[in-house]
Amino acid sequence: MSETVATPRPLPAWQGLTGEFYAWCAQGELRFQRCDDCGAWRHVPREICAECGAAAWSWVRSSGRGRVFTWTVAARAMHPGFAADAPYAPVVVEMEEGVRLVSLMVDCPPDALAIDMPVEVVFVPVSTEITLPKFRRA
Amino acid sequence: MPTSLSDRACIVGIGETAYCRAPGSGKTQLGIQLEASLAALADAGLSPRQLDGVMPFPNLGSAEELAANLGIASLRFATTVHMGGAAPVASLRVAAAAVVSGLADYVLLPAGWNGYSGRRARETVAMDVSSLPGGAIARDYYMPYGLTAPPQWYALIARRHMHEFGTTPEQLGAIAIAMRKHARLNPGAVMKDKALTMDAYLASPMITAPYRLFDCCLETDGAAAVVVTTKERARDLRRRPVSILGAAAAQPYPADEITNRKDLFETGLTIAAPRAFAMAGLTPADIDFAEIYDCFTFEVLQQIEETGFCGRGEGGGFVEGGTIELGGALPVNTHGGLLSEAHVLGMSHVTEAVRQLRGDAGERQVADAETGVVTGWGDFGDGSIAILRRG
Repeated sequence: MSETVATPRPLPAWQGLTGEFYAWCAQGELRFQRCDDCGAWRHVPREICAECGAAAWSWVRSSGRGRVFTWTVAARAMHPGFAADAPYAPVVVEMEEGVRLVSLMVDCPPDALAIDMPVEVVFVPVSTEITLPKFRRA
Repeated sequence: MPTSLSDRACIVGIGETAYCRAPGSGKTQLGIQLEASLAALADAGLSPRQLDGVMPFPNLGSAEELAANLGIASLRFATTVHMGGAAPVASLRVAAAAVVSGLADYVLLPAGWNGYSGRRARETVAMDVSSLPGGAIARDYYMPYGLTAPPQWYALIARRHMHEFGTTPEQLGAIAIAMRKHARLNPGAVMKDKALTMDAYLASPMITAPYRLFDCCLETDGAAAVVVTTKERARDLRRRPVSILGAAAAQPYPADEITNRKDLFETGLTIAAPRAFAMAGLTPADIDFAEIYDCFTFEVLQQIEETGFCGRGEGGGFVEGGTIELGGALPVNTHGGLLSEAHVLGMSHVTEAVRQLRGDAGERQVADAETGVVTGWGDFGDGSIAILRRG
């Protein structure tokens, strides 16, 4: 006897700076690294500041607001974990702080997306540990 | 001022397997690369035992197994350029440096895979992000949001280009149609017998918008290889050599993450192209044809811009009206490219450029072709370019 097990969606690793990023998300806060010396925001997490070389940084809370920078509409899944979701639209959001991140909308069908559409972050738990930052129309 | 590497190394042999989809090559991934390698050596008039350098394609084979099978008894130069589809052209530069400096006499560059009958390209990244330079970044910040494969990453850039410059689906379609017209003149092209019209292009299903089916490269089985040596040694070999006049490769910044680039359109080629032209002492106006890595239609348009064949944002207009077709001002992908010949990881772009410069391209020959460009695009926008001239 065999049984079919759906392929799970991929999850981020719960480790290092990525673990810290997602730990803030699990607390309902979107935070990015900000250089303590020059004040530059950065994402994805990096060990040192590429603008000035400083090692000191802090996790600083984002306003959670941004605009749609670009997106694609995946008409078919290329990873089996998303087979039931297609069509779906990964978006790139440019935050007020200037950093950009890949995410998904929770309340906007793909054909309603527009570049520069204002959006704000919401938090969607996807496993016991991981909460993903997603977005809704602002 | 030309640098010391310009016009000092040559491509002296090319080899290819048949390109196919179902039922597949019937050989292993190593086996088809060996077949193409032996063909390239025979074309050059070299014995495998004369080889002393090998540059395997990243993640598709080791120098050790290639050398053991080919009987390369004194392998003294073995290295891989980790630039995905930009690797073959980037390897030309490294091979040229190796033979000119004396690190090796004859360097073999093989590439090939069973991209149809084996694991499909579309699955490769999703199931093994460690093959990517930014693998952990893709795992942690792209894949959980369904951004899992190359056409999806690059579609983000294509949409932004459409927004900023008004690039249209019909302009992307003009690229797909040009590649197909060329493939129909190429007896070895997988799409030789299939015409493509604009209506059929526009009606093809969306894969990852704005990419339709016909914006996406083929998944095929096949391998290709070339041999590089010095200009001096080339004089004693069987075929008329093709000289490497200019060559450069570079990475975008940051190379391991696409979305936070200040300028989304600045890729490795933006940095590499002017250096290659300076090395060759030429300008884009001097080029007779271009073999441009065409994983997807928009990447052709973007590389035409970043190579300097037209300005940033002008690529949409450039590709219309037959400019990039045989008989136009800049024939592009005269073999049909990844879109309509076969996906040979960029190496068949090199073999086609050599064929054109030898005057051996048959029905698809560019008249009086003297100087051609070949580019590579890989990973998250790594870029490579070589400017080749008939010897």
